[in-house]
Amino acid sequence: MTSVSTRDLVSQPYKYGFVTDIATDKIAKGLSEDVVRLISAKKGEPEFLLNFRLKAYRHWLTLEEPDWAALGYPAIDYQDIVYYAAPKQPQEKKASLDEVDPKLLETFEKLGIPLNEQKRLSNVAVDAVFDSVSIATTYKEKLAEHGVVFCSFAEAVKEHPELIERYLGTVVSSNDNYFAALNSAVFSDGSFVFIPKGVECPMELSTYFRINSGDTGQFERTLIVAEEGASVSYLEGCTAPMFDTNQLHAAVVELVALDDASIKYSTVQNWYAGDENGVGGIYNFVTKRGQCRGARSRISWTQVETGSAITWKYPSCVLQGADSVGEFYSVALTNNCQQADTGTKMVHVGPRTRSTIVSKGISAGRSSNSYRGLVQMAPSAKGARNYSQCDSMLIGDQAAANTYPYIRSQQPQAAIEHEASTCRISEDQLFYLQSRGIGFEEAVSMMVSGFCRDVFNQLPMEFAAEADKLLALKLEGSVG
Amino acid sequence: MIRPDAELLLEISDLHASVEDQPILKGVNLQVRAGEIHAVMGRNGSGKSTLSKVLAGHPAYRVTAGSVRYRGRDLFELEPEERARLGVFLGFQYPVEIPGVSNLEFLRVATNARRQSRELDELDTFEFEDHVREKLQVVQMDPAFLERSVNEGFSGGEKKRNEILQMALLEPVVAILDETDSGLDIDALRIVAAGVNQLAGPDNATLLITHYQRLLDEITPDYVHVMAAGRILRTGGRELALELEQTGYDWVDRELAAQGVA
Ligand SMILES: Nc1ncnc2c1ncn2[C@@H]1O[C@H](COP(=O)(O)OP(=O)(O)OP(=O)(O)O)[C@@H](O)[C@H]1O
Ligand SMILES: [Mg+2]
Repeated sequence: MTSVSTRDLVSQPYKYGFVTDIATDKIAKGLSEDVVRLISAKKGEPEFLLNFRLKAYRHWLTLEEPDWAALGYPAIDYQDIVYYAAPKQPQEKKASLDEVDPKLLETFEKLGIPLNEQKRLSNVAVDAVFDSVSIATTYKEKLAEHGVVFCSFAEAVKEHPELIERYLGTVVSSNDNYFAALNSAVFSDGSFVFIPKGVECPMELSTYFRINSGDTGQFERTLIVAEEGASVSYLEGCTAPMFDTNQLHAAVVELVALDDASIKYSTVQNWYAGDENGVGGIYNFVTKRGQCRGARSRISWTQVETGSAITWKYPSCVLQGADSVGEFYSVALTNNCQQADTGTKMVHVGPRTRSTIVSKGISAGRSSNSYRGLVQMAPSAKGARNYSQCDSMLIGDQAAANTYPYIRSQQPQAAIEHEASTCRISEDQLFYLQSRGIGFEEAVSMMVSGFCRDVFNQLPMEFAAEADKLLALKLEGSVG
Repeated sequence: MIRPDAELLLEISDLHASVEDQPILKGVNLQVRAGEIHAVMGRNGSGKSTLSKVLAGHPAYRVTAGSVRYRGRDLFELEPEERARLGVFLGFQYPVEIPGVSNLEFLRVATNARRQSRELDELDTFEFEDHVREKLQVVQMDPAFLERSVNEGFSGGEKKRNEILQMALLEPVVAILDETDSGLDIDALRIVAAGVNQLAGPDNATLLITHYQRLLDEITPDYVHVMAAGRILRTGGRELALELEQTGYDWVDRELAAQGVA
């Protein structure tokens, strides 16, 4: 971390804010049963999927938008959103990158995700999703040699319909909650990962989500299945252009881990957060849940949440298999007028299940940052254990931090441990660093990354440094 | 070592400063030339630490009058980090703890910031480890302290050694050491004093804030100043410190009364 790189960062507040000018196939604004059918038809989906969507849509109509989170925003007009937008390109996704519109390749290159053979990341396979569709997936052949399926959701529906039918909606059902139901009705694209029995995925998998259109909602759907003894590490990244309107993003992610399987899911979320007065930015309502279905299985969520005007997100684990393990490591940073209500749910069902929660919230500016977590012990969870640690850091005196830990235990022998702390970066600490030649912004970012280290240590190597830089960038001008 | 023709490093003229609108410094005058060691003494609350923090640029202290020139430049036009990079060093009376920030990484970033301004190459992680191990010997500090967070859980004496380690790494032009001797055991005092002596040279200067003659037995000052009520009341040679050991500060009240300050 040199002072030069900090300056570089500081000079470009949100460097992903550009819009790609590309011909788009968009349907008209609004939501109805016909729109749901149209989306399904455009994707040429089998009947079971159309029925899944319709059932979800009909259920969604009966639901009310939740209001229990510590979030305030104007009502969302669901009829004012485009539910399907795709860059115009030949109907079928082509096997070769040569056939992808160069403008799209250029966009991802600008985002630091080169897709072509020469430049692509060496040990990471990438699925690139642009608005509602996946435009390219790298290293597919190499992965296929190991029996690993990594492709867009739409492609999986065509090529592995039996897997989709078997697992879709089994972790997050289509009537789970308001936003999950909406997603189930209109989801566009996303990634599908299948790691067969006994296979350790030979490389890091990653999906990069890019919202481009100003009036389009993004509703991606990700499904990851690790069979017995399989393991995979998956990373999700996201950015969006700067618009002065708000875009809705309501994703669903489902993870399934069978006996002895392990899934590590990391997110670096950097959707556009709005300007310093809170104009624009993404509304991020996401349902992420993993099910440790098998004995000794393990699911680990690591998230670095820095973007979005509104974040509503609780990556959770249902620990069903005996001795299964759930983990949640989170850094949520809010600045300016951002609002985040995020945390996790650890539902212990199986005996001797274990979970760890480490949450680091950083609030600067006039932002509000809440941790909301539930630890639940079912009567069957004999000998289960949970450890939670929730730390908040305040920068300046106008930011808010809240912690809402809920504990529900029906198992007297389960052990639940919760620790919480709040700190403020003090003038004397900053002065100490400054008096050693360390610039103000860098001093802040050193302290912040120190505060987040336990979480950053969980990120795949390549992304830990990125996360550090991202936080420094986001805190620009927030202190003093 | 007093050399009248040596470079004038620090020139403090009629310095006034307040904290929370309360005047603390009330006209400090002091000139420091290269090669000199100055001891600053005086009662608790007389303004010694305030002077050191004003020189280092602490934001809580407001300069209300007077000036400080550092090597010909207006010191107050420089941010605290710029002062540090240009060679002003403050060894704190109460070094703060910074949880989560690795001491080693902190020392490396600080060292490189200073090196950059001296147009020296930055040291990478490996080069720095070698470099810092050498400097650790100056203060006879255990390398284990590098692995911990900055000052976190350090004992009083360990914090002070960490300050001198930073001084050894930053090679300051003007080092202000605010009661670096307090809280040290007898052996540690000798080690720290030896470190300061080793780092003092013809091109730099040291301002030692201390209450005790025992430090001045180890480090021979060229000048001894006594601060009272926000000013330097008296300046002498090393014998002034010895005299204070005998007489204490009673004369200060009489002198202040005579001057109508009290
Ligand atoms: N941040 C502050 N807020 C309020 N008062 C302060 C502050 N800093 C210094 N003072 C006051 O200024 C006066 C001088 O304090 P200073 O720390 O400079 O004394 P000192 O000479 O270093 O004393 P000691 O020998 O005890 O270290 C004291 O009365 C102190 O209470
Ligand atoms: Mg003092």
